[in-house]
Amino acid sequence: MSEICDTRPPQPLGLARRGYTGTIQHLAAGGASSSLSDIELESRLIELGFVEGARVEILHEGIVGRDPIAVRVDNITVAVRRREAMAVIVA
Amino acid sequence: MESPLLHLALVGTPNSGKTSLFNALTGSRQKVANYPGVTVERKEGAFVTPQGRQISLVDLPGTYSLRGRSPDEEITRDFVLGRATGEVLPDLVLCVADSTNLRLTIRLLLELKSTGRPLALVLNMFDIAKRRGVTVDVAGLSQALGVPVVTSIAVRKGGTDDLLRLTDQLLAQAADAAGDRANTWRPLTVPELRATQREADRIIAATVSLPERPDTWTARIDSVALHPVGGLLVLLVILFVMFQAVFAWAQPLMQVLSASFDALGQLVHDQLPEGLLQSFLQNGVISGVGSVIVFLPQIIIIFLFILLLEDFGYMARAAFLMDRIMGGAGLHGRAFIPLLSSFACAIPGIMATRVIDNRRDRLTTILIAPLMTCSARIPVYTLIISAFIPPTKVWGLINLQGLVMFGLYAAGIVSALAVSFLIKFFMMRDYQPAPFMLELPDYKMPRLRGIAIGIYTRAKMFLQRAGTTIFAMMVLIWFLASFPQPPEGATEPAINYSLAAMIGQAIAPLLTPVGFNWQIAVALVPGMAAREVAVAALGTVYAIEGGKEAAEQIGQVLASKWSLATALALLAWYIFAPQCASTLAVIRRETGSWRWMAVTFFYMFALAYAAAFATYHIAVAMGAG
Repeated sequence: MSEICDTRPPQPLGLARRGYTGTIQHLAAGGASSSLSDIELESRLIELGFVEGARVEILHEGIVGRDPIAVRVDNITVAVRRREAMAVIVA
Repeated sequence: MESPLLHLALVGTPNSGKTSLFNALTGSRQKVANYPGVTVERKEGAFVTPQGRQISLVDLPGTYSLRGRSPDEEITRDFVLGRATGEVLPDLVLCVADSTNLRLTIRLLLELKSTGRPLALVLNMFDIAKRRGVTVDVAGLSQALGVPVVTSIAVRKGGTDDLLRLTDQLLAQAADAAGDRANTWRPLTVPELRATQREADRIIAATVSLPERPDTWTARIDSVALHPVGGLLVLLVILFVMFQAVFAWAQPLMQVLSASFDALGQLVHDQLPEGLLQSFLQNGVISGVGSVIVFLPQIIIIFLFILLLEDFGYMARAAFLMDRIMGGAGLHGRAFIPLLSSFACAIPGIMATRVIDNRRDRLTTILIAPLMTCSARIPVYTLIISAFIPPTKVWGLINLQGLVMFGLYAAGIVSALAVSFLIKFFMMRDYQPAPFMLELPDYKMPRLRGIAIGIYTRAKMFLQRAGTTIFAMMVLIWFLASFPQPPEGATEPAINYSLAAMIGQAIAPLLTPVGFNWQIAVALVPGMAAREVAVAALGTVYAIEGGKEAAEQIGQVLASKWSLATALALLAWYIFAPQCASTLAVIRRETGSWRWMAVTFFYMFALAYAAAFATYHIAVAMGAG
C-alpha cells in the first residue's frame, strides 16, 4: 500500500478529491487559513486521529464547493472542512 | 448498616456509548440538573453494586482530551481533577471506549492516568466489535496501559456484570490504599499530544487486531445518506415524514385525552352545585390544564424522532450535509443539531448550542433558535388549522392540513436563515468561519430502552410545567376572566364585565391593525408565560363567555367568531411569536447578558407584528376578511 503512495508528491488533503487514498506525512497548521491558532488546530487534528502515518481516504464530499469532506482516518470517519484539511499533508 | 456513598464518574469521547452504559447501570434512577454557575447538564444516577455498595454515578460530557476548549469539556476536566465547585473528587473514574474504535479513547486514557485518580477502562459495545472481527487481548491491554480493563455490552441484560464485579474489587482496593496517587496533570503541548497518540497506537497495534474492512453497513448507508444530492433528498424526506407524523399519528391519542378531560369536567359539573367553585374547577382547572396536556402525544412523537436519529448516528450526517448550506447563511454545521432540537423546545436547543465553541457562531444560533417552530406552538397551530383549514387531500395523497403545518415550519426555517444572514452581513462583517470538525460515528441500531428513558424524562418535564407554571397561569386567567362579577340583571356574557376584558380592550387597539379581536389580546398576555397557554386562555375566555358547549368545541367556536384572515394572521404571528418567558430566561443565562435577551425579544416582536399585519391585509384583499 505505502509503496504506491511513496512515489506521489506530497499534497494538502484539502486539495484532494473524493476517492483519494494516502498516508499522512506531516501536519502544517501554518498552511491552513483556519480561524484557529496553529497550536489549537494541530491539537484538534491530532485528537481526531490525524497523526503521521495514519491512512486517509476521502469518502464523501459536500454539495457546495465539494466541501466539507468525510475522511476515513484509519478506522474512524471524520468530517472536516477543506480549509482545515489544508493543514494535513498527505502522499 | 448504611454504607458510605461512593462517587463514580463516566468519562469518554463523544459516541463512545457512555450514555447507554449510564442508562444500563442506573435505569430510570436519574437526576438531570445543571452544574453551579454554568449551563452544562449534569446527569447523575444511583445504583447498588453486587456487594452492596451505594454508588452515585455522574455521566460527564464527552471529550477527546482534558484541554477543556468548551464549557462542557472544562466541566469534565475540573470534575476529574476535583476542581469543580460543589463536587467531590470521584472515587473511581470509568473511561468508556467504543470497542470498534479505540485509538482516540486510549489516548484520552493515557492523559487521564496523570490525574492520579483510580481508573478503569471499559470496552463498551464489545459484541459489535466481535461481530466485526475485532479481537482484543484484554489482559495484554490492561498490562500495557497499567489500568484494569473490562468488557461490557451496555445494551444486553447481564452485559455489565463484569464491570460491576470489577467496580466492587477496585473500590475495595481504593479503600485499602493509603492515600491517593499524586495528580501530575497539566495541559499537553502539541509534541506531547502527538507522543501520547503514538504511544496509544503502539499499544493498540500490540494488543488489538482490526479487521481489514470497515463496517460495510455504514459504508452502504453513507453512500446514499452522504451523497451530495441523494443525501439532501433523504434529509428532506425524513423531516417531512417527521412533521406529517406529528400531525397525523398523534390525532387518535389526542382525541382520547381530550374526551377524557371533557368527561372529567362534566363529572365535576354534575357533582358540584352551580357557583364559583364549579366554574373554577371545570373551566379554570380541568379544561385549562387539559387543553395543554392534550399535546403530550405530539411532544412525545417529536422527541421520539430526534432521539431515534441521534441514537442511529444520523444527526452528525445531517450536520455534514447542512454545513456549507447553512454556512451560506452564516451558520455553523454544528448549529444544525441545536436548531433541530429547537423544534421540540427552544430551551434544550439553546442549551445545546454549547457544542459550538466559537462565540459568534453560538450567539447567532441562540438568536435564531426561537424561530424554529417549537412544540409549544403546535397547540396553537393545530387548533387554528383544524378549525379553518379543510382536511382535503392535495394530489390525492397529501393532507392539506399537514401541508399548511409543513408550510408554517418552513416559514420559520426560512426566516431563521434570513435573520442569520442579516446578522452576518450587518453585525459581524469581520466574520471568520469557525472550523467544522466532527466524528461521523458508525450507524447503530437505536436502543429502545435509552430512547424510552429519554422520552420519559422529557414528558415528565412537560407535565411538570403543565402542573406548575401553566396551572398557575390558568388560575390567574380564570380569576381575570371571572372578576369582577357581572351586576344583577346583566344581559351580556359575564366575561364582558371582567378584568380580562378591560386588559384585552386596553391593548386591542394596538392589535386591531393585524386583525386581532380583544379575546385574542387577552390570550396573548398569558401566552408570554408559555406559548401553549394561549390556547387554554382562548378556551377559558370563550368557555366562560359561551357556556360549557363552547369549552368542548373551541375550534368550532373560533371558526364561527373569527374571519379566515384573522386566523391566518394569528398563525403568522405565532411563527415569530414573542417567545415564552422561560426561553428569554435561558437566553439571558446562556449569553450572560440582558442585552441579547432584549435584542431577541424586540426583533421577534417586530417580525411577528409585521408578519401578522401583512398576512391580515393580504388575506382581506383576497376576500378572506
